[in-house]
Amino acid sequence: MVTVAEVLAVSEARPAVDPHSIELTVRVRRFNPEVSEDSWWDEWTVRCDPFERLVEVLHQIKWHHDGTLSFRRSCAHGICGSDAMLIDGRNQLACKVLAQDVAPKVTIEPIRGLTVLKDLIVDMDPFMDGYRSVLPFLINDSGEPDKERRQSPAERHRYDDTTKCILCACCTTSCPVFWGDDSYVGPAAIVNAHRFIFDSRDEAGRDRLKILSEKTGVFRCRTTFNCTDACPRGIEVTKAIQEVKRAILFERF
Amino acid sequence: MTTTHTYDALVIGGGGAGLRAAIELSERCRTAVISKLYPTRSHTGAAQGGVCAALGNVEEDSPEWHAFDTVKGGDYLVDQPAAILMTEEAVGAIYQLERWGLPFNRTPDGKIDQRRFGGHTRNHGEAPVRRACYAADRTGHMILQTLYQQCVKRNVTFFNELYCLDLIRAEDGSTAGIVAYELGSGGLHIFRAKAVIFATGGYGRMFRVTSNAHALTGDGPAVVWRRGIPLEDMEMFQFHPTGLARLGVLLSEAARGEGGVVLNADGERFMERYAPTIKDLAPRDMVSRAIYQEIREGRGGGPNRDWAYLDISHLDPKVIEEKLPDITEFARIYLKVEPTKEPVPIQPTAHYAMGGIPTDTDGRVVVGSDEAVVPGLYAAGECACVSVHGANRLGTNSLLDLVVFGRRAGDDAVRYVAEAELPPLGEQPETAALEMLNGILGRSTGENAADIRTELQDSMFDLAFVVRSEESLAKMQAILGELRARYDDVAIGDKGPNYNTDLMETVELGYLLDCADALVAGALVRTESRGGHYREDHPLRDDANWLRHTLAYREPDGSIRMDFKPVKMGPYVPMERKY
Repeated sequence: MVTVAEVLAVSEARPAVDPHSIELTVRVRRFNPEVSEDSWWDEWTVRCDPFERLVEVLHQIKWHHDGTLSFRRSCAHGICGSDAMLIDGRNQLACKVLAQDVAPKVTIEPIRGLTVLKDLIVDMDPFMDGYRSVLPFLINDSGEPDKERRQSPAERHRYDDTTKCILCACCTTSCPVFWGDDSYVGPAAIVNAHRFIFDSRDEAGRDRLKILSEKTGVFRCRTTFNCTDACPRGIEVTKAIQEVKRAILFERF
Repeated sequence: MTTTHTYDALVIGGGGAGLRAAIELSERCRTAVISKLYPTRSHTGAAQGGVCAALGNVEEDSPEWHAFDTVKGGDYLVDQPAAILMTEEAVGAIYQLERWGLPFNRTPDGKIDQRRFGGHTRNHGEAPVRRACYAADRTGHMILQTLYQQCVKRNVTFFNELYCLDLIRAEDGSTAGIVAYELGSGGLHIFRAKAVIFATGGYGRMFRVTSNAHALTGDGPAVVWRRGIPLEDMEMFQFHPTGLARLGVLLSEAARGEGGVVLNADGERFMERYAPTIKDLAPRDMVSRAIYQEIREGRGGGPNRDWAYLDISHLDPKVIEEKLPDITEFARIYLKVEPTKEPVPIQPTAHYAMGGIPTDTDGRVVVGSDEAVVPGLYAAGECACVSVHGANRLGTNSLLDLVVFGRRAGDDAVRYVAEAELPPLGEQPETAALEMLNGILGRSTGENAADIRTELQDSMFDLAFVVRSEESLAKMQAILGELRARYDDVAIGDKGPNYNTDLMETVELGYLLDCADALVAGALVRTESRGGHYREDHPLRDDANWLRHTLAYREPDGSIRMDFKPVKMGPYVPMERKY
């Protein structure tokens, strides 16, 4: 249990935050086919709270400077996966980046490898098609027990990391192989296959491994680790891909 | 440009309730899910702590105890037969989710593990009980993913990034379809169907501090309200005690279920004074009010002395790592606080709507004090009011609500579409929706939607939050009148058809204003304190006059008419709510 002094130390170490205490210049790569065939850059300088999330800084711009600025967002705390963007050259969720971490200047572009539809909004359908291609659902035809299927904590732990995926596409759109060839299913699809391949309750691992052993599958990976660096959920994506490769090579999973 | 589609059943919303309904429907009748987000973006995914069912996997439990807790937790405004049904069906619903692959945490012998949660007790209040089935602090994420996976397996038809703008009702009042706006093209779609299930979630975005996603703007309740359907118990809104200070991001009650405690600025575990038996695991409304009381008496912390603290620093780091990883990360990222070492600043956050579209236990929308069924119209999940949560929802019961009543609504809709004829469409059913859009798009100058929204959120937070009074609510009602007038003159910067989120945010603001109107009207008329609704000028519960639900109707002239219906009682006699 903490002491009174410790509680007060926390409260006093965090003085009132001035909502306008830092200046941030936001550079955004814009695109709207109604306006121009080419993309262009816009730049705004705003004052904001250092703890402000970048997605809320974008809101401030949209709401008070340019209503046409368009981006996806929903939960604003890193759970829904809507606001993946290329922020200072790195794929991140705009709701998990604070103004103080990028000030005085930040550059925001749409994630790469998917068709840009408007500003920071890209066509997610090819990404979701990749996900759907790996049979991303539990398959078990051995009859249903009356209660739960048993699974030991160790068996549960085996695939824990890959259950965290929120399908934000940060990993897939950071992958140079995916940029070059969008027929590659990409890291996110492999992560979601991994989640079932290594689930002791699932019986269709072989079917998924067959899909992923094809030319659009897992051996396209060149192990650049971009995906692992990009994952906002901290999933060890490259490791999951390697485990799937090994499972195909040694038929062991 | 208007496109017309015809289905048997439509589901509006791709969160937990909508997906669960779609699973039930999709292989039995022609079904489409219309969602303004990609379904996996839905806010079910933000639910953290668990989903309760009396499995009895780690200690003795029974659905009857769960029903009692639900009724008492809801401060006796719960319709008891509905709560009994939900808690009985809970057990099978959890096993179903597990068989669909949901990765629950496990006990050493491989069963679904269970943990403590606020207000869930053994044998009618004796002590906390381990009833919440969970997957770390990501239970909602796992439920949303699992239900979406099952929809992929069944090849469910989705129309993503389409916003519902209007409900089409036939002349006889039966349901004929909806009008939707396609974000990617700016086109209107008419979806004809015999049955429509609304599963659009909550409307917490009317408050400044909220755990809710930007998307939670009350679309379903507002759309049906404009078409003559009443809204039930809208004054009953849950303020969760442990929102991350200033941001409102949820820190799960599971933190307290695992042994975390709430402290005031004196470092005192003050819940011992307010709920001596179960202390920090008292229901959310009580903990939020206790925090307010501490703040009021000068024991709040932070620069404005309006914070309390959630302390988990004494827990085993392994427990934090394995069972509370996400909320720990939220504190680190957003406040730069290290929860394993120091207490986390918190404040109550607008979290969950107990009220909503009135339904029976089959998800059918029912209107009036005699509960007449609206043919073909359904609602499930947070946008609905069954009512299983009464005046205060117990933690975990929202996830349970959406799997139980999502399934029941889908199942009943299958039965209904097999019997019903497709109602004829009137002339140009898209007219009202078009007029609304053209009104907003047509003005070159006018009010700024963001300014109106900010004022709505600030004033609702100040005047209609944890503590209310006739004075504060009357003031809020006057403000809402002014905001409405300004909204009627709103203008936006983006006039194009391509991903016009400016336009849709403005439409959503209109929905929020409607929901706020209904909430404040209900809060004004209910001159008592019950559950999440606390009236400083009427601090006691008044069972003689208020053991009844409020129904708010939007009249054609824009005014609000209040009606009432009795609470469906059962075995549990209202008693003083002590913990």
